[in-house]
Amino acid sequence: MSLATLLVLADGRLPSGGHAHSGGLEPQVSAGRVRELDSVAEFLRGKLATTGLVAAAFAAAACARPGNGAEFDQGIDVRTPSPALRKASRAQGRALLRAARAMWTLPSAGREPHQPVALGIVASAAGLGALEAAVAAAHGTVSGAASAAVRLLGLDPYAVHGLLARLAPDCDRIAAAAAKTAGAPVDDLPAAGAPLLDIGAELHATWEVRLFAS
Amino acid sequence: MPAEPHAAPHTHEPDEVPHTHPDPGVDPHAPLAAGARALRVGIGGPVGSGKTALVAALCRALGDELRLAVVTNDIYTTEDADFLLRNGVLPADRIRAVETGCCPHTAIRDDISANLDAVEDLEAALGPLDLVLVESGGDNLTATFSKGLIDRQIFVVDVAGGDKVPRKGGPGVTAADLLVINKIDLAPLVSADLTVMDRDARARRGELPTVFLSLVQDRAASPVADWIRGLVAARVPAA
Ligand SMILES: Nc1nc2c(ncn2[C@@H]2O[C@H](COP(=O)(O)OP(=O)(O)OP(=O)(O)O)[C@@H](O)[C@H]2O)c(=O)[nH]1
Ligand SMILES: [Mg+2]
Repeated sequence: MSLATLLVLADGRLPSGGHAHSGGLEPQVSAGRVRELDSVAEFLRGKLATTGLVAAAFAAAACARPGNGAEFDQGIDVRTPSPALRKASRAQGRALLRAARAMWTLPSAGREPHQPVALGIVASAAGLGALEAAVAAAHGTVSGAASAAVRLLGLDPYAVHGLLARLAPDCDRIAAAAAKTAGAPVDDLPAAGAPLLDIGAELHATWEVRLFAS
Repeated sequence: MPAEPHAAPHTHEPDEVPHTHPDPGVDPHAPLAAGARALRVGIGGPVGSGKTALVAALCRALGDELRLAVVTNDIYTTEDADFLLRNGVLPADRIRAVETGCCPHTAIRDDISANLDAVEDLEAALGPLDLVLVESGGDNLTATFSKGLIDRQIFVVDVAGGDKVPRKGGPGVTAADLLVINKIDLAPLVSADLTVMDRDARARRGELPTVFLSLVQDRAASPVADWIRGLVAARVPAA
């Protein structure tokens, strides 16, 4: 396993479509639930413990068993009640595959797999293990929303990165748990949900004016 | 104010900077292979300079002779796509809107995935195309398209932004394959001196072409449509 390869894959500058998505933050900002640094911290913590946990588990499992992508893809579908979030996840999975095809030799992974499934398959093709795939997934669920927070709320970027640094041990912990279930049947993988993210995403998709695609 | 006619025929030094020929409409860059996919032309420029109006004019001018489609990049809405639909210049299935997440330049330069998805989806849905126009969200003078997304780019500025714009330079003004200085009908109203703009554009752009345009007077954007016709005609058949 190459640590530098993991950094390449987890780099926020990887052109894999993430910049257009707020990770569910934009609707919560608009609803007034997230306003300043403290509420951003709460938002990120909640996201990590729910959708972050699921993403890490599926990335780890898809990395361990890249040939079972279709099964994991269904597993994420049933764990994502919001059609808008399913669409956003598939769009980002497709974009990740596009970027990764230029970086490593990928097995066939479908046209538009969910992002965590794509991430697991790509990590495996890059020679990374399930734990690394899970770390990248957990970190990705908070770092994308954190950068959206800087843009949406005009927050101090140093303070926001302070939050990410404090969340790093949580990302590691979640990833370690995810790596342990990498061989589990898909139905036994975590299914934590965050209903406000689903509701927010559905409302957001109906707005006429928005800054982020999701 | 149009660029001086090229001395034609003329020769080129082997180490010369590549340039387009606005006049004969022939493009001497390495020709693009025809057939494999559509020619992709990016249209960028500051907010309100007339990018959507230019796209609409090109659709009117070229819609009957080329198989074409359009991708728009709006910052907040699908305003540009809606405008093209309302004006009936292209059927709805030939227009895709990409959402750019606060950063219009990121979507055309640093992370072009959503735009590439849109172009591919259009080609998958419509079959082979000759031309795809990609309009960027209105941005600043530094925003340019990635060569991974487009083959050639047009940068649109307007005289109402001041006759200093070409002098200010920036990659859009200096390096775009075609610079369009639009809204020349407004020049007298804003005291813009077109000869100054022409002189500065030449100084910044070397031999890259610049055209002056008024889309209210020339609803077919003739010099730009001709430039694109030249690009399409110059494509060599795929081996
Ligand atoms: N007088 C005049 N008005 C023009 C001309 N071209 C465009 N306009 C007007 O300028 C305004 C902005 O044009 P758009 O085509 O929407 O500009 P845009 O660059 O697409 O704008 P954004 O996408 O918002 O950045 C519209 O009201 C047009 O009708 C022109 O040549 N002369
Ligand atoms: Mg426009």
